[in-house]
Amino acid sequence: MKRFSWFNITALTLGFAFLYLPMIILVIYSFNESKLVTVWAGFSTKWYAELMQNEAFLNAAWVTIKVAVFSSTLATVLGTMAAYVLVRAGRFSGRTLFSGMIYAPLVMPEVITGLSLLLLFIGIGLDRGVLTIVLAHTTFAMCYVSVVVSSRLVSFDRSLEEAALDLGCSPWQAFRLVTLPIIAPAVISGWLLAFTLSLDDLVIASFTAGPSATTLPIKIFSAVRLGVSPEINALSTIMIAIVTVGVISASLISKQASLKQQRDEQAAARG
Amino acid sequence: MAQQPVFAPWDDPTQTPLITFQNVTKRFGDFVAIDDLTQHIYEREFFALLGPSGCGKTTMMRMLGGFETPSEGKISISGRDMNKVPPNKRAVNMMFQSYALFPHLSIYENIAFGLRRTDMDKDAIDARVAEMLKLTRLEKFARRKPHQISGGQRQRVALARSLAKAPKLLLLDEPLGALDKKLRQDTQFELMDIQEKTGTTFVIVTHDQEEAMTVASRVAVMDEGRIIQVATPDAIYEAPNSTYVADFIGDVNIIEGKATRKGDKTHIAWAEGQPDIIGSTTRDFSEGQTCHFAIRPEKVAISPDKPDAPNALHGKILDIAYLGNISTYHVELPTGHIIKAQTANTRRLARRSLTWEDDVWVSFTDTAGVLLDR
Ligand SMILES: Nc1ncnc2c1ncn2[C@@H]1O[C@H](COP(=O)(O)OP(=O)(O)OP(=O)(O)O)[C@@H](O)[C@H]1O
Ligand SMILES: [Mg+2]
Repeated sequence: MKRFSWFNITALTLGFAFLYLPMIILVIYSFNESKLVTVWAGFSTKWYAELMQNEAFLNAAWVTIKVAVFSSTLATVLGTMAAYVLVRAGRFSGRTLFSGMIYAPLVMPEVITGLSLLLLFIGIGLDRGVLTIVLAHTTFAMCYVSVVVSSRLVSFDRSLEEAALDLGCSPWQAFRLVTLPIIAPAVISGWLLAFTLSLDDLVIASFTAGPSATTLPIKIFSAVRLGVSPEINALSTIMIAIVTVGVISASLISKQASLKQQRDEQAAARG
Repeated sequence: MAQQPVFAPWDDPTQTPLITFQNVTKRFGDFVAIDDLTQHIYEREFFALLGPSGCGKTTMMRMLGGFETPSEGKISISGRDMNKVPPNKRAVNMMFQSYALFPHLSIYENIAFGLRRTDMDKDAIDARVAEMLKLTRLEKFARRKPHQISGGQRQRVALARSLAKAPKLLLLDEPLGALDKKLRQDTQFELMDIQEKTGTTFVIVTHDQEEAMTVASRVAVMDEGRIIQVATPDAIYEAPNSTYVADFIGDVNIIEGKATRKGDKTHIAWAEGQPDIIGSTTRDFSEGQTCHFAIRPEKVAISPDKPDAPNALHGKILDIAYLGNISTYHVELPTGHIIKAQTANTRRLARRSLTWEDDVWVSFTDTAGVLLDR
């Protein structure tokens, strides 16, 4: 069978067009000279320049980045801890329940997660702002981190930790000096994943953001309701770029790590 | 094998053992992995654990290392109860069967790892690591990562790492399993050499009985969580306490019969119409008790004519296994028993007089075999 039959090529083109055409149009129009979004009037980067003058957007961008950095870091710490305990604790009663509960927020509708967090924050009287968004994003990003890290930990050779203990490490030292450096690629890609998730989250953020702090996706969403401006296109293009870089580097890091692991294992098997 | 001054602390009641297993039982759920085991191991011993897969050897080691706790009973090292002592607080190092080298650290750092956990200063650590590298002939590889060296070298790194802290007790779980025969023999001698130099006590698990015989001061043969016999390699070979041990260590012919004491000899009636086998034993057998006569193939002679020996049985050659330095003849007796006889091939193949289907006599002296009650 020919690999590039006309059928395959058509299917491929259609599939990718479906996925990426809207984004490509958005990116192209972000360089449009005209203020009218639908009319092409020549190439220009003026909307990017204008964007840099827009105080409200810049503030929102700053909030978004702060939230993403803090929440992904917190989520990485908590998610790694959760993964470690669930993988290491062995069989205890209720283990399935616990691991199920860690992964449940992955499939939980975001609206529900957002709403329940909103109710919680109101209940404990926490003013909505950067802190509440950070907490909310930590909550849902943590599950993703824990999935990524635990899949690495499952294949982690337990005897390495035992060897560390055997050589005089306390359990914490064994984790810090042996386990963590070895699973670091998974932890880093977990962090990148959490970072990008936080960056483009709209639903949960709109539940938990307050008037004092608005994230970029919220800002864009509300601006679009007043009509799409080329400025928004420019902003979205920047976000697409950031997310793309994040996702690609996350997958590159984990791919490289698994390649390296494979190599090491093959080398070990040969021995 | 001539040993220099006899090393036998287990025979000396004034010696206190380094390791004591006191009625140790280990269960995993309902499964009993170690069954009421009591055993002493002495300082400077090279104690080998031998037994079929799943008999509990690794479990025993892991309990010594502190990775498992006994379900019942007590393990003490130097008289101190170890049940509550975590692995990092024990003067015990384990060389893992999988080596468990840290993949993110260089060979040098792997060996230094344990030393860095002590309050040793940097120069002393450097000196010690250099010494270990020299001992295991790894100087050239110090800067490499574990995946950049060969399997045999990796095994030596694991050994160096476990030796670096000069533990009182070193546990080796099938340390040479992955090596080819030549490298394995070299390393066996290396191990014995290290043991001689450092005075460390070794407990070694092995599947390879030849290895156990070569390196061990005592061999323990295990089965299903119990130690069946503990003895020096020659004693366990020459005087097994059961057919299980006789069969597990080396090749053996086992003939079942009924024992009768006649003077200082024991006669074994083993088949209708066949002369009794005459053996000698220090064990007490009651009149007519069922017993097993075990004799190693190399103690059975084979000849075309009836020899003048206390025991001579007539049969036919069924099979010949030529192993280079020796040949094993499988001789079928009229009773259906098959007796293995081994001879050294001092003559060239072409001149051997015995061949398939030949009528032959197998013979042995009255002290060549052992009489076992189980
Ligand atoms: N963590 C565990 N949970 C349940 N059963 C276990 C566990 N560890 C060991 N066992 C069982 O205990 C028995 C003894 O295991 P052990 O590893 O000590 O065997 P071994 O003598 O070292 O065997 P091998 O020569 O194959 O390494 C085996 O039947 C094994 O299945
Ligand atoms: Mg084992």
